[in-house]
Amino acid sequence: MTEHDIVIIGGGPAGLAAAAAAKKAGTEDILILEREGHLGGILNQCIHNGFGLHTFKEELTGPEYASRYIDMIEKEQIPYKLNTMVLSISSDRVLTVINREEGLIQIKAGAVILAMGCRERPRGALNIPGYRPAGIYSAGTAQRLMNLDGYEVGKEVVILGSGDIGLIMARRMTLEGAKVKVVAELMPYSGGLKRNIVQCLDDYGIPLKLSHTVVEIHGKERVTGVTLAAVDEKRRPVPGTEEYYSCDTLLLSVGLIPENELSKSAGVDLDQITGGPVVNDCLETSISGVFACGNVLHVHDLVDYVSEEAALAGRSAAAYAGSQKEEPSSSNIRIRAVNGVRYTVPQFVNRESEADQWKIRFRVSDVYRDRYISIYYGDERVYHKKKKVLAPGEMEQVAIKKESLEKYPDLAEIVICTEED
Amino acid sequence: MEERELICICCPLGCPMTVRIDNGAVTVTGNSCARGAEYGEKEVLSPTRVVTSTVKVIDGEFAMVPVKTKTDIPKGKIFDCMKEIQKASVHAPVAIGDVIIENCAGTGVSIVAARNVKNHN
Repeated sequence: MTEHDIVIIGGGPAGLAAAAAAKKAGTEDILILEREGHLGGILNQCIHNGFGLHTFKEELTGPEYASRYIDMIEKEQIPYKLNTMVLSISSDRVLTVINREEGLIQIKAGAVILAMGCRERPRGALNIPGYRPAGIYSAGTAQRLMNLDGYEVGKEVVILGSGDIGLIMARRMTLEGAKVKVVAELMPYSGGLKRNIVQCLDDYGIPLKLSHTVVEIHGKERVTGVTLAAVDEKRRPVPGTEEYYSCDTLLLSVGLIPENELSKSAGVDLDQITGGPVVNDCLETSISGVFACGNVLHVHDLVDYVSEEAALAGRSAAAYAGSQKEEPSSSNIRIRAVNGVRYTVPQFVNRESEADQWKIRFRVSDVYRDRYISIYYGDERVYHKKKKVLAPGEMEQVAIKKESLEKYPDLAEIVICTEED
Repeated sequence: MEERELICICCPLGCPMTVRIDNGAVTVTGNSCARGAEYGEKEVLSPTRVVTSTVKVIDGEFAMVPVKTKTDIPKGKIFDCMKEIQKASVHAPVAIGDVIIENCAGTGVSIVAARNVKNHN
């Protein structure tokens, strides 16, 4: 069994930024494990631009953004193994790992950083009845086939779900000559970023039908069409609103799920809402020395925030690996998300933390206009700020200063909520 | 006087903006940064976009290399550029920033590579 101070699972944006930050914080012995043949993760297929405005102050494409971090890893000579799959993690941080060169090996980690990313919700999760013809893809699969492998995915396209990848693919397929007929969204609002609706749909005259879903997929060997219907406020199809669209391709962009099978094998506590680990302000999970960042922790809209979050996980793991502490510290204050705030990350903050302030990221559960974000320490409202627009598709954040807690020595819970006034 | 409602696309904030054109003078409100004001003015006077796509690579470690217009191009020229991009191919190795097509579709803007691609052996 080999040993390393920090082992990072995943060589995508989160893993790379975590590695660079851990190295900068003084940890020499770092190993990145990546199951694909190249570093960079999903960014390599995200060829559109708009990445890096916060991190690099310029607009990059996904592959360019990834290469900035890959260059850092190469320059710092941080070791990585490609085509390498982690099979399980034990609660004392022993990883069982497999690849073609070494076979099945075990690696003991001083600290582990979970950076496995997320995957797409598949057709099977949607309960759309019908045959299983060719031509039904998750949007990310179509993106990979088109952008990495160079295939034409389809000629006449309907997209179900208005997640960002679906919107990006609507534009991409239009540019490549396909006819994207409609994007149908079950909810009364889009799950994607506003800029993507403007740039990917409005620019090309592609209609977005809110409160609509696919009720039938036609075709036996290949998709020949789909039937859309409007849904009521309980998301049930409304009889009589059915509309037939002929198409050879149906793309699904219906949500992303953090990929936490490995976290479960270690016994990490998961948050029911985010689908990712429950973490404290150091991004440490319920298992001592196991940290999480990026889309495995909660699904992000912006890679810049992933990089920032991952750097914190990298610094925390470096501090942990250097300190030999074994018990997670106990003076945790829980952050409770209520009244329109769906979840927060982190879910706990620690008074003894070395940081001066904590960035609390969260999503709201509905579209709100002119609504306040509030923070309560017990009965006292300590933060109250009006936001013009709040939407579930756009992650929000607030900062909590550690010194603001000094007046509340017995505080066990911080509440974050939305308020009408 | 003409008034247009726009959603700013400069960054994910997506500020709702109002652009007023009064005798050729443009005023932007609702933006939260200077880039937003610039975008608002440009979007009503001469809208532009950065176009990204892929080009076939010969003898490369990957089948395709992602490419982009080096700067933004007029919105009306997007499909003319795509026609040229679809016809292009490039021999590996390719480095980020390499010019794949010069002066694409008469825009004066080059198509450049957005990923490093090594030779496949």
